[in-house]
Amino acid sequence: MLDHALDHIMPLVASMGAAVSIVDFDRDGWPDIYVCDSGEGSRNALYRNLGDGRFKDVAAEMGVAEVNQPGTGVCMGAVWGDYDNDGYEDLLIYKWGRPELFHNDHGHGFTRVTEQAGLPAWLNANTAIWLDYDGDGVLDLFIGGYYPENVDLWHLSNTRMMPESFEYAKNGGRKYLFHNLGNGKFEDVTEKMGINSRRWALAAAAADLRGTGRPDLFIANDYGVSELYFNDGDRFREVGQQTGVGFAPKSGMNVAFGDIFNRAKYAIYVTNISEDGVLIQGNNLWVPKEGTAGDGLRYENLARELGVELGGWSFGAQFGDLNNDGTLDLYLTNGYVSLDRKRNYWYDFSEVASGNTSIIADARNWPAIENRSLSGYQPKRVWLNDGAGKFIEVAQAVGANDIHDGRSVALADLWNRGVLDVVVANQRGPLLVYKNTVTPQNQWIEFELEGTRSNRSAIGAQVTLFWNGQRQLQEVSGGSGFCAQNQRRLHFGLGKNPQMEKVVIRWPSGREQTLEKPAAGEIHKIKEPA
Amino acid sequence: MSQPGKAMLAPPLAARTKRWLSLDNRYLAPAFITLILVAGHLSYGILESYPRTGLAIATSMAAELVLGRLVYRKWPHPASAYITGISVGILVRSPAYWPYVVCSLLSIGSKYVLRVRDRHLWNPSNFGIAVMVFLVPATVATLSIQWGNALWPMLAIWILGSVIIWRVRRFHICATYVVSFLAFAFLRSWMTGSPWQAEIAPLTGPMYQLFIFFMITDPRTTVRSKSGQCLVAFLVALAEMALRLAQSVYAPFYALFLVGPAANLAEMWLDSRRPKTASASA
Repeated sequence: MLDHALDHIMPLVASMGAAVSIVDFDRDGWPDIYVCDSGEGSRNALYRNLGDGRFKDVAAEMGVAEVNQPGTGVCMGAVWGDYDNDGYEDLLIYKWGRPELFHNDHGHGFTRVTEQAGLPAWLNANTAIWLDYDGDGVLDLFIGGYYPENVDLWHLSNTRMMPESFEYAKNGGRKYLFHNLGNGKFEDVTEKMGINSRRWALAAAAADLRGTGRPDLFIANDYGVSELYFNDGDRFREVGQQTGVGFAPKSGMNVAFGDIFNRAKYAIYVTNISEDGVLIQGNNLWVPKEGTAGDGLRYENLARELGVELGGWSFGAQFGDLNNDGTLDLYLTNGYVSLDRKRNYWYDFSEVASGNTSIIADARNWPAIENRSLSGYQPKRVWLNDGAGKFIEVAQAVGANDIHDGRSVALADLWNRGVLDVVVANQRGPLLVYKNTVTPQNQWIEFELEGTRSNRSAIGAQVTLFWNGQRQLQEVSGGSGFCAQNQRRLHFGLGKNPQMEKVVIRWPSGREQTLEKPAAGEIHKIKEPA
Repeated sequence: MSQPGKAMLAPPLAARTKRWLSLDNRYLAPAFITLILVAGHLSYGILESYPRTGLAIATSMAAELVLGRLVYRKWPHPASAYITGISVGILVRSPAYWPYVVCSLLSIGSKYVLRVRDRHLWNPSNFGIAVMVFLVPATVATLSIQWGNALWPMLAIWILGSVIIWRVRRFHICATYVVSFLAFAFLRSWMTGSPWQAEIAPLTGPMYQLFIFFMITDPRTTVRSKSGQCLVAFLVALAEMALRLAQSVYAPFYALFLVGPAANLAEMWLDSRRPKTASASA
């Protein structure tokens, strides 16, 4: 429960924090699941995959359960990355409150190292990702603030902590780029690296969008435009307007990259709000314009044309080949506040959101939500890529028929079957695991990478698979979607009777490695050549 | 020689200068709405996109020219259609293109089709927008949250708009509506327990600037007498209050949609009775 001054709009404010991230924390070859809970005093869960179809919560015995104690804030999400290159994924928890960094003690437990690392004492973040922005072989850290960092939501000094505008707010939390010094400490280089936004960040992800070998950074902001930062090596440069992605302000809540046309270029999926009869923002599918590349890269929004525009009050979404047909599909969850089905808050919401800054920015001026819903009980979306320029919505047909208030989506091959399963964390709802059944004729291949000269998690490594005369590009990610992280292992669907050609791996160190005719139907564990 | 020359040149130059300074009233509203569009977009990027707004303006003006030529066999002045198009371009929010075309066509078409005694009944853009948000809510919403929610742009628009509206002798309509809206806002706050700041919030937003300055003041769709115009503005605010109590997000558009034509029809009915009465008296 937050400060009582927010009681009248508590379901609106305390509406995030259900999050899921996938990790093989004990290196037993089975993906495990870490789940965040944002209830004060609640426990997070670390579900160890027992490999026989069962999971066991080992968070308490591993020391990563008690992270929502009163006075320390509550979790919003978690990302895993091996920041000290010891071979075991470490855990960064970002919160509305005190962020936490846990060192993974070789899969046997975790040691809290927050203070030694030099992380801030308090922030209100809804996104964080691991990335090696300077290519020095150790993972750096980006954290995106939502509420300003001087706001303690449990002890408000005043109620003027809401966004100053519904679409142009710049009074949110600051951003943090921490450079990993390699000795367990991190240095705040945010300003030095040219990142000084105070927009309300809800999602971030990094990928090499220009083929420079360096990860660029995309931030989806609530109450405003998205930001795209090109990584020039010694500095980040904001190019949102220049590239076309930072023009129309919406309510950005998700960033996912996917090579949806199999042409080795990433499209970027950003979720927003659409509510019939009130607000039709539409989600954005930013696709690189033909003939643009490098610094001249330009994007156009093809969400409508491809059929992935309307997803309700959309939150987390991830690309993955869900049916192993060789093209990337899209899973989306949604729904904001599901309370009384017959009464909704949209009228009051739209009324106050249209007002002057002095009205909208003060929580006291917001009408009480009482027990009303706001875009609640929404059907989810599973969009299958037909490979011909359209996504077909099949959620109900394939069994994704829950109507919880979905937040975070992560994809993982939970049973090592060569199939992507879906894990969804819901606000005020259960954790859902959708076990995927795929026609066995459609084949697959997976790559589990380990860096040597590059960061050991291989975050930022790009894998281009060539088969059947086509190619698909994927990148090892240090966090994507909404408060989520997919499995680090890369999964490619291949379709029927695939003719394998080669796989090209470009490691973050810059080294390129080619493997000829990799066998389908296998998990390939590849270590970066020394 | 020179003196006569000066004497001959002076009057036309002064007249031209005066005429230039005192812009034809027909251009005031288009100039004002263009100013809102340009300033809003340059400062906050309010447009959904250039093509959509351009499409609305082009469709609106083309429809006006074609229908004017077909129905009245003359080329109508495009200022009115320009305002309609730009209103549609700013107010309609849709990721699709077709709503901008359809809404513009509906708006202009209503002027030519929905007529009684040679008067059209609805403000064109009000008609188009109200029909669109009612019939295709899954595709169309209206602008309600733009212009940065900041104070200074809003004040600038209010001051400039008031001056222009005063000059075209319609300020009393805006003033009556605003005063009525505020009174009803406080009444709603008292009735529902909602903060009064939330109830007056819409009035501080950009959608209402367009609604107040360009829709409820439309000279072709309001009654003639000054007191009647004030009464209609009051009734629009009253209807809007009822719709707001019913939690209608598009209350102002629907209120004007309902009250405006009713007022016009009432005036026509009263007009139809007056000559008979006068004749009988005579």
